[in-house]
Amino acid sequence: MDFDKALELFEPVLGFEVHVELNTKTKMFSSAPNNFGSLPNTNVTPTCLGLPGSLPVVNEQAVRYSISLGLALGCQIAESSRFARKNYFYPDLAKNYQISQFDEPIAFDGQVEVELADGRRFEIPIERAHMEEDAGKLTHVGGSTGRIQGAEYSLVDYNRAGVPLVEIVTKIIYGADRDAPELAKAYVSTIRDIVVSLGISDAKMERGNLRCDANISLSPRGSGILGTRTETKNVNSLRSVERAIRYEIQRQAAILAKGGTITQETRHWHEDTGETSAGRPKSDADDYRYFPEPDLLPVVPSPELIEELRAALPEAPAARRRRLRADWDFTELEFQDVVNSNLLVEVTETVAAGASPQSARKWWTGEIARLANASDVEASSLVAPAHVAQLVALVDAGTLTDRLARQVLEGVIAGEGSPQEVVDARGLAVVSDDGALIAAIDEALAAQPDVLDKIREGKVQAAGAVIGAVMKAMKGQADAARVRELVLERAQQ
Amino acid sequence: MSQTSAHGSSEITAEQVAHLAQLARIDLNAEEIASLTVELGQIVESVAKVSEVATDDVPATSHPIPLQNVFRPDVVGETLTIEQVLSGAPEQADNRFKVSAILGEEQ
Amino acid sequence: MAHADEITRLTASALGDKLRSGEVSALEATSAHLERIAAVDGAVHAYLHVAADGARQTAAEIDRKRAAGEQLHALAGVPIAIKDVLVTNDMPSTSGSRILEGWIPPYDATVVRRVREAGLVPLGKTNMDEFAMGSSTEHSAYGPTHNPWDLDRIPGGSGGGSAAAVASYQAPLALGSDTGGSIRQPAHVTGTVGVKPTYGAVSRYGAIALASSLDQIGPVSRTVLDSALLHDVIAGHDPHDSTSLRDEWPSMAEAVRRADVAGLKIGVIKQLDGEGFQPGVLARFHEALALLEKNGAEIVEVSAPSFEYAIAAYYLILPAEASSNLAKFDSVRFGLRVTPPGGGTVEQVMAATREAGFGPEVKRRIILGTYALSAGYYDAYYGSAQKVRTLVQRDFESAFGRVDVLASPTAPTTAFKLGEKLGGDPMSMYLNDIATIPANLAGIPGMSLPAGLADEDGLPVGIQFLAPARADARLYGVGGALEQLLEAQWGGPLLNRAPDLAPAEMSAAEEGAI
Repeated sequence: MDFDKALELFEPVLGFEVHVELNTKTKMFSSAPNNFGSLPNTNVTPTCLGLPGSLPVVNEQAVRYSISLGLALGCQIAESSRFARKNYFYPDLAKNYQISQFDEPIAFDGQVEVELADGRRFEIPIERAHMEEDAGKLTHVGGSTGRIQGAEYSLVDYNRAGVPLVEIVTKIIYGADRDAPELAKAYVSTIRDIVVSLGISDAKMERGNLRCDANISLSPRGSGILGTRTETKNVNSLRSVERAIRYEIQRQAAILAKGGTITQETRHWHEDTGETSAGRPKSDADDYRYFPEPDLLPVVPSPELIEELRAALPEAPAARRRRLRADWDFTELEFQDVVNSNLLVEVTETVAAGASPQSARKWWTGEIARLANASDVEASSLVAPAHVAQLVALVDAGTLTDRLARQVLEGVIAGEGSPQEVVDARGLAVVSDDGALIAAIDEALAAQPDVLDKIREGKVQAAGAVIGAVMKAMKGQADAARVRELVLERAQQ
Repeated sequence: MSQTSAHGSSEITAEQVAHLAQLARIDLNAEEIASLTVELGQIVESVAKVSEVATDDVPATSHPIPLQNVFRPDVVGETLTIEQVLSGAPEQADNRFKVSAILGEEQ
Repeated sequence: MAHADEITRLTASALGDKLRSGEVSALEATSAHLERIAAVDGAVHAYLHVAADGARQTAAEIDRKRAAGEQLHALAGVPIAIKDVLVTNDMPSTSGSRILEGWIPPYDATVVRRVREAGLVPLGKTNMDEFAMGSSTEHSAYGPTHNPWDLDRIPGGSGGGSAAAVASYQAPLALGSDTGGSIRQPAHVTGTVGVKPTYGAVSRYGAIALASSLDQIGPVSRTVLDSALLHDVIAGHDPHDSTSLRDEWPSMAEAVRRADVAGLKIGVIKQLDGEGFQPGVLARFHEALALLEKNGAEIVEVSAPSFEYAIAAYYLILPAEASSNLAKFDSVRFGLRVTPPGGGTVEQVMAATREAGFGPEVKRRIILGTYALSAGYYDAYYGSAQKVRTLVQRDFESAFGRVDVLASPTAPTTAFKLGEKLGGDPMSMYLNDIATIPANLAGIPGMSLPAGLADEDGLPVGIQFLAPARADARLYGVGGALEQLLEAQWGGPLLNRAPDLAPAEMSAAEEGAI
């Protein structure tokens, strides 16, 4: 069904479970390295393999990271928190239970402020954030698609088994209405910003460092009745989050509008087709038989530890954006331009290095973004904010024209050094000596003697020919505005 | 078996045992299900008495000796060699454990 | 061979002395025990695996070190048997189960490492009820162990192999594990000594878990001093086990050497003294108490009303934890794999493997544990059982407020016949652990040592002492004292009265360990 039509009939109700892989040096419960991309089954101890007799021991850094994340999500930190076993059989789960948290999560009852592209803000209520371990990686072999269906056999690599995770669970989110897809994307993006600013996760969705399961149900508009929800898994990019929610709203609306019912089930997002497909139905078979993990002891963070971590928290991304926009005096459009180009950090650092916010914005979203785009790289990888600030300073001082500054930027990107070094090495500074300019003007006028008369007759644009000749003679290193001034002065003599 | 099923096992049914066996991934045969239904009934009857004294005011004890905040520093330790990892594998390929086809979706 | 027989009859402590003095070499000591194993284990079946070559090599290495003048541990060169519940990187580790047949782990349990570092010589792995589930060793997938006092009778369980090995002089020392009495009850029925330390005193890392919150590793021996010496080797903090205590422990061996009961207050638990206990068991128990009293101890009756619920709580907590701990046996990373005829999905392979690889008692407890943890039953069963645990702890707390140690018979009866309690109501087997289970629920230490022979059947009877958590040394004090007093009465160790396992009768079982 058409999205607009679906929204006429139904109100979407959302909920998210976001898994964040922590970038600790070792795993959650074993001293095996937490590395991505190692050879299969090389980052493994008896505990990661669930060998008989092996035991888990909690990684202190993972607990600190989890508390920091809980605090950044506005959560309360549990006075006492404990681990539980979630029992189910699956070959990627070495012990056939996952050590997770159940009735006593490390953090609970928080909220995250999320901003939509047009600047409207939403409070996403957080139910809980709990610590757990990741599973191993299955590769399905045989069959045409590499997917689980039709595979002949599967191979298990336990390198990822035991990598620390924090699962962030929202409360039910009402009132997203037609913003639901964008809100979903903004929420996951905000979580990403938070964990990046905390430095606790690499947060690369394509690597699975950040994974989102989205719960969606539809409520007939105005009815107040909650519909049956589906849980869409495997959503591995911000764009997919938005698309998957939109797809699922349309799919459910189509079924409901025809008088059908929604099955409570797990659904899988397929990036290639842009659709979700049915997975396991949720049933009594999901009896996880949680019980307190007898091999581990309660985590009781001291108030001092919590305050230490709270004091070290970076500013919340939404609050920070608000503050920056006000400080920089940007319009909403200008600010969003920076945010959407993923250049907030670069602009901030350039301003911190002394550039005016407007110049910093113009350079980053203008020339630098253009060059980055042309060579298909990240703008941030081309040039350091400090160099951009120096470039701006040189322009402000009149040492460089915009045009010269672009040449200097190219030099900097080419690795020729700082802007000042490029200026010196290439001799690109503006010629600010009026004597040299006047000499060049005299020469140009000698070649075009009628120009002064034309100007005097009011045809001011005739100056252009002389300015062009002078700029050419000066190899561009003249300030065109100054040349023009000098030419007009001469005409008045 | 039938003589004991007269008492005690009323709470446990064969269907229940079959479901528990499925949760526990044990492919019990019919005979085992029948005898376990009786035995489980007997056991459950005699262990159910715990609820007599487990009143609301009694806290649960999960660990006999209470400890808290037992942590490990985030420092990389020794890992197994790939030979050690795979030494017990019933089947393996490409340095990984090989299992037959998986029905159903990933958790 | 007289010399070899003499060596195997020595206590670990005495053997250690002779090794130190050079009177006996480690290789001689090991060879003597290997010969004894070859001679009698066909009948006893205490061992699942005998590492003859490895043991000789280890012994030779100890001799070499000693010759080079290295400072060695008091037990260096003394042979030891290791319960198969402990993983060893050079011997199969099966926990008595078919599902782990032949599995050689890539690592050593912490206690095994400590024992090796002290220079003890591992002889092999001992038989046990499958995954330590049982009180008779009849639930071993590899056949039962026989009680050296009467080969038709059970050696106790789950650690029947370790107890029978030391009782039949096939090792002076053994390691055991005690989840509900698996060290103490076999000691009781075999006339040996076994100690369950305070929960967390000895690392569980590398012990194939039965019930994580109840399991504890401990020493098995013929004398209290020998258990103390081994206890001192294996106890201490292990960063691999989160539940491991950081306490500095006093020397248990010192506690034995200073043994004295004058002024000691001993509590007798009313609920474990009377109904359900065999007369001969009670008679020896009360004689022992009288002897202690005569030597200056004060005997006080105490009540533990919650003990009535302890077995019920235990048979909920244990299966619940075990059902989860045993989920890892799934045919993916180690152990048995059984593929159904015509192949099957991984789920079917797992279910077929577990059906074929687990014995009936293991299945029974996994199903029970799965039930106890299921949605809708958790609070009534597992949750309630954890509350009973609190009540049992409170009973102990109040008792230890009045007395220094508690005493009871270790188990209600002497060794019953093999097969006698198999089949029928499983609860009748479970009642064997009535006196030992409360200590596991509360995490406190317990010891069983010989108290004599029952008049009605001439079989060994044990007395159990319990102490507050962390007060393990008290057990060695009172146990050492009682042992001295009793042996003075008996004119030597109780085991001297055990029938001789004449090697001539053993020829039928020359194949020895599997």
